[in-house]
Amino acid sequence: MTHLGYLLVGWGASLGALGFYALRVMQRGRRAAGRVPPERRRWLAAEETS
Amino acid sequence: MTTPVRSEAPAHTGSTTTRLLGVAVIVGLVALVLLGFFGAPADDEQADAVRLIFVHVPSAFLTYAAFTVTAVGSVMWLWKRSLWWDLVAHGSAEIGVVFCSLTLFTGSVWGRPTWNTYWDWGDVRLVTTLILLLLMVGYLAVRSMGGDDSAVATRSAIVALIAAVNLPIVNRSVEWWFDRTLHQKSSLTDGNLEDLTLFTMLLGVVVWSLFYVWAMIHRFRVGWLERELRFGDLDVAIAQRRAEARASGDGGGR
Repeated sequence: MTHLGYLLVGWGASLGALGFYALRVMQRGRRAAGRVPPERRRWLAAEETS
Repeated sequence: MTTPVRSEAPAHTGSTTTRLLGVAVIVGLVALVLLGFFGAPADDEQADAVRLIFVHVPSAFLTYAAFTVTAVGSVMWLWKRSLWWDLVAHGSAEIGVVFCSLTLFTGSVWGRPTWNTYWDWGDVRLVTTLILLLLMVGYLAVRSMGGDDSAVATRSAIVALIAAVNLPIVNRSVEWWFDRTLHQKSSLTDGNLEDLTLFTMLLGVVVWSLFYVWAMIHRFRVGWLERELRFGDLDVAIAQRRAEARASGDGGGR
């Protein structure tokens, strides 16, 4: 395969950036949700657990 | 067998929808990598460097989509004072900045083997895209300056609409100034792509779009929570101030 270095940098940066953003936004959500009272997290219905 | 019980709202921003979307994104990414590296054929002129099209074009497409959503959300804020649309505008701008940065980065990496340069300051497509990125980074900076929520939303909405003027300029720049750009015209409309290459590129657009929807749902909920925290803290501060005022009033014999 030609240009493998360019391909790895381009693809790696893309997948890495999206993965990093995904982890960061979930982490931010967990941190904020932990500080907001449950009754004010009103976008979510309470989940069913067994 | 146990009986289902209702628990309290979970302390995260996930839900069944985001989990399904997340699985779809991961499956799509695996298919994209396999097709992108081993399925789609190499190009006659660019050889394997053409495989960067599968991450570059979806990033560019989602840049337009995300900033268009920000512009629509900003109009809706200015028109209806809709908090929902303001949160959508903010979230979409943040994700759009990620995609726009990736568009510039992957384009630059792709430019080296095909144009023999990473960057050309005389190229209108590159420079207008950079201006778009800087404007949207400015939008996020305005949002983070703090102050009254409503005033911040209004100021940032105006910045978003100024940036939105640049969107059609970026998109049409390769047609309007075709002699001042190294960039090819639209990959979709020039008809030069092999069938499997075109399919893989469109799969990339679908996977990036699913990621965008997944990220938007999470980001919207983060925005909502952070707003609740600000107003919750404000409520507590007002209650404390009132209690202090009552206490000092009692102490003064009034």
